[in-house]
Amino acid sequence: MNRKKEAEKVSNTISNDLVLLTIPMRRDMELAAAQLASVIAESMSFYEQQVEEIQMATIEACINAFEHSKSPDQQVFTKFIMRSDELEIKITDQGVGFSHDNRAQQRNNKPDIHPEMRKRGWGLEIIHALMDSVNISSNNNGTTISMVKCKNETDQEDGQE
Amino acid sequence: MANKFDIQIRAEKQYAILETAGYLNDALGERLSKEAQELIEKGYTQLVINLDKTALINSIGISILIEIIEALEQRDGTLNFCGLSATQERTFRMMAIAKYAGIFPDEKSAIANF
Repeated sequence: MNRKKEAEKVSNTISNDLVLLTIPMRRDMELAAAQLASVIAESMSFYEQQVEEIQMATIEACINAFEHSKSPDQQVFTKFIMRSDELEIKITDQGVGFSHDNRAQQRNNKPDIHPEMRKRGWGLEIIHALMDSVNISSNNNGTTISMVKCKNETDQEDGQE
Repeated sequence: MANKFDIQIRAEKQYAILETAGYLNDALGERLSKEAQELIEKGYTQLVINLDKTALINSIGISILIEIIEALEQRDGTLNFCGLSATQERTFRMMAIAKYAGIFPDEKSAIANF
């Protein structure tokens, strides 16, 4: 992103258009983040289907941290940044970082009968499919999944099948 | 935050309908799988899962739905879904579920297409 666009993005973010939520890595706590995401997206006048997409992506990002981060503090930090034309959601853990080794299956699934309809490993693909842009930054101090949903007409049209 | 969920089962002569309510995660998924397995063992090979009252779903819950599809395939059975939101349907199609199970707007069409 060039400097001009970055400056425009910053100017579009009013300082109090930021919501922070810390959730413990406990059963169903992803719903707290999803519910907050829904309230924020609705307040920004996203379409109903976009709100649902934002909720599902938020759930998957939180679950990803719950299952794979091995975070010693067992917390997930969510940041919702409201801009005039988009919502950015950052889901951060302070775990061991992203690697294929620590993303091994947590649940003891039966073998896949149809490889294309595999049972696990869909979380990031779902997030990429539902959000407009996704960035993952990770090191041995933790992982942040940053995802953006834009407020545009084409999203609504694309979602209709 | 408690996730309240429920499953209503309506077993007819030729088919059975499992209607979920609440967040479809591993807990609801496992219970749904248990109920479906019991129906399969009773001889039901045509099942409908109605997700109309399930607004939120996660990938772990979906993975358990895939197990039900596979269990029915082993008995030459069929699973049809109905009541999916547009986002759920999009996700199911992305995960290739639509190739191995039916997706219909309502129970009537799901039953009619066995």
